[in-house]
Amino acid sequence: MAKLSIADLEEIRNKVRKTTLLREGSSNAKITVHMGTCGIAAGARTIMNTVIKIVEESKREDIIVTTTGCAGFCSKEPMATVELKGQPPVKYMSLTEEKIKKIFEEHVMNGNIVAEYALAIGNEREP
Amino acid sequence: MEDLSLHILDVVENSVAAGASKVEILIDENISENLLVIEIKDDGRGMSEEILKKVLDPFYTTRTTRRVGMGLSLLAQASEESNGEFNIDSKVGEGTKVKATFQYDHIDRKPMGDLKSTFIALLTSYPEINFVYIHKDAEGTDILDSNDL
Repeated sequence: MAKLSIADLEEIRNKVRKTTLLREGSSNAKITVHMGTCGIAAGARTIMNTVIKIVEESKREDIIVTTTGCAGFCSKEPMATVELKGQPPVKYMSLTEEKIKKIFEEHVMNGNIVAEYALAIGNEREP
Repeated sequence: MEDLSLHILDVVENSVAAGASKVEILIDENISENLLVIEIKDDGRGMSEEILKKVLDPFYTTRTTRRVGMGLSLLAQASEESNGEFNIDSKVGEGTKVKATFQYDHIDRKPMGDLKSTFIALLTSYPEINFVYIHKDAEGTDILDSNDL
């Protein structure tokens, strides 16, 4: 089986540097990918890596990408929460790469909630 | 879970939830003994013996958003299905070590999958945590320490 190669390490390092730098500045948007067991089994890692890629491509330096656990809606995974500064968080459900790209374009970049993919607005119960 | 790299991501999320500041992920491909070992060791808050007895019960979880906890049970199942063993050691205040072994060439042994995606997801999500990846095989040992990045 393939070990991580030098090129892989280089890629990981670049991605980590970019996203870590972001955290130090002020942010206007936060994208949280739900990575509980249910989320991971349903494809959350692909969603996470897609988000990292599109944020990188957008060259926006005010977007934080992070993860959280299970929100209690396992059948709706993969899920992600988008929170724009000063607005309530929106949870999106049953994500695919195409859906998260559209959400990024319309909600994060243009401020319009993608209602057809949204599950709820607001926070889940705190554990 | 489709592959072992997803199980690794999942179990490491437990370490993060336990407040770990360092997580060591060891993959040992011992082909001469037909053995694959995955070990995840953290310095999180650890578990009492009482809780340790319950962790493989899918109906036990520390979460409150749902009432079942599948992560460790799924890894244990993946290991046992491929003639391996699953072990978990934990001490309160010291940390937890999860070890899963697999018969390397077992027909039901899941493939390793995309380790790179797992590490990108972990390292970008938790830049404050020190992740150490150790991968041994016949050609030697490779180590990636997130503190060196």
